[in-house]
Amino acid sequence: MIQFLRHVRYVMSENPVTVAAFVMFAIIVILALFGPWIVPYDPLASNMRIALSPPNWAHPFGTDQLGRDVLSRVIASARLDLGIAVSAVALSFLIGSALGCSAGFYGGWTDRIVGRVSDTIMAFPLFVLAMGIVAAMGNSIENIIYATAIINLPFYARVSRAETYIRRNAGFVHAARLSGNTNARILATQIFPNILPPMMVQISLNMGWAVLNAAGLSFIGLGVRPPDAEWGIMVAEGATYIISGEWWLALFPGAALMLAVFCFNLLGDGLRDMVDPLRRT
Amino acid sequence: MGNKLTRIGRRLLQAVPSVFGIIVISFVLTRALPGDPAVYFAGIMADEESIAQVRRALGLDRGWFEQFGIYVMNLAQGDMGMSLSTGRPVLEELLSRLPASLELTLIGLSFAVLTAVPLGILAATRPGSWVDHLCRVLVTAGVSLPTFFTGLFLIYIFYYLLGWAPSPLGRLDFLYIPPPHVTGFYTLDSLIAGDFETFRASVVQLILPTVTLGLFAMAPIARMTRASMLNALGSDYVRTARANGLSRHVVLITYALRNAVLPVLTTLGMVFSFLLGSNVLVEKVFSWPGIGSFALEALVASDYAAVQGFVLSMAMLFVVVNLAIDVLHTIIDPRVGMDD
Repeated sequence: MIQFLRHVRYVMSENPVTVAAFVMFAIIVILALFGPWIVPYDPLASNMRIALSPPNWAHPFGTDQLGRDVLSRVIASARLDLGIAVSAVALSFLIGSALGCSAGFYGGWTDRIVGRVSDTIMAFPLFVLAMGIVAAMGNSIENIIYATAIINLPFYARVSRAETYIRRNAGFVHAARLSGNTNARILATQIFPNILPPMMVQISLNMGWAVLNAAGLSFIGLGVRPPDAEWGIMVAEGATYIISGEWWLALFPGAALMLAVFCFNLLGDGLRDMVDPLRRT
Repeated sequence: MGNKLTRIGRRLLQAVPSVFGIIVISFVLTRALPGDPAVYFAGIMADEESIAQVRRALGLDRGWFEQFGIYVMNLAQGDMGMSLSTGRPVLEELLSRLPASLELTLIGLSFAVLTAVPLGILAATRPGSWVDHLCRVLVTAGVSLPTFFTGLFLIYIFYYLLGWAPSPLGRLDFLYIPPPHVTGFYTLDSLIAGDFETFRASVVQLILPTVTLGLFAMAPIARMTRASMLNALGSDYVRTARANGLSRHVVLITYALRNAVLPVLTTLGMVFSFLLGSNVLVEKVFSWPGIGSFALEALVASDYAAVQGFVLSMAMLFVVVNLAIDVLHTIIDPRVGMDD
């Protein structure tokens, strides 16, 4: 453990960008957790008298077409956007790693079926598949989560399958089997903890993509509905005002979205350097 | 030559299961509608009689396997159902809008490849230089860019602030008449018609949306080019080529690049999948009259046959692109002999 921490410190000092990403990540998480108590104004309260006022001291990010404070709405969105992404990624992590682990461990038909299912999902342009799923299952936030989870499933299934496959005949697995453990128990207590580090990297690389995906879906009018504050839908609402020069409506939520995704991607690269120094590119 | 042909033939056969899988998923999606699918496909204005008619046409009164059989038969005849919002067959609607989307996607992709591949090569040949740093920033920032957001801000800067770009509404300014239909690509059609004025107008409309798409696609291509070029430059065959005194140019292009291009080609498949998705967003931002906009209108109007037809045809297009990439891969790969 101490050795690992030392390694973490080494990677951190080598790579200040990763430190910055960790700090940004902490800020985003704090905004998502405590957003409703931090916001200067009620994100849903409209005030037509100050509609479309540019950024000023009272409203640093300006106000939108209904006079709502853009800063408050951007902060309030963090919770919804991260909530969608975290639930979707958690779902696909759980289901994907369960499928991938059993495919890699048992091989044979399990492997073939899991492989075929993930190949079929990957045969679709993923954003388009998510649109189709939401269109078929109904336009709601839960279905956005399910759709995002389904399109991310193959990534987790593939990584966990590969990682399980190379460990299924490892010494510690034989030892566990000799001491009378069942297959399911070996998978859960011996193999799964060992494949967690590469899976964590996958999660963090995937989070940014899940956020982008959810925001893209709500940008085209799926999932989150007005007046709820969410980065994608705020950009969509601000889009009509861009052509007449009211840039702050779309810029701030868009920049927040970009920063969040950027932060997750940097974090993913940083984590990969810590877990697997050989795969640095 | 035989060796390559066998490989290509085998690859073509491998596409069959994915096509089957795609059809199964899209069948499930059309039947997954909550409640009675016939009611959805008949539309909001339908009466009892037309609902019953749709139910018979879709085979909803029969077993699952039989329904699937009917679905596949209909698809084989190019029947994806009727679009409720326009009243025309879905396939016809999609085909008439496909050139607009393809023109956008292909030009965006070419722009990305033409900038990202040289950038990746430069970054790999000069590690630690400013090109390398630029490449790294671009690679991480590029994948974080929401396409709809970049598009909007390009509009704000180049249309609103600078006034360089035309109004972001569609494929041609309303002053111009679309060129006579040959390929459906306005740029090509206007050239064929010899109308350089319209050609210029269509190119100008294309710049912002293709740059938006290209910026997004550049990142994975540059990343992969840089990584695989570094890999190739460190390999034994490049060392041997250098040791034999071949010129820097020959080593770089003939030896390193030809091998390094293979993983880049594979990445292009993934990039194309992303592009087909972002196309929908970019088309919405630029009011581009392509299939993405059509699908969005259909989504808003609860026109399910059109949406699922769109999903299915995008998946088929993606399968074809992947096939083409793999065939190209086999042709380029120097390890697969031309004659054996």
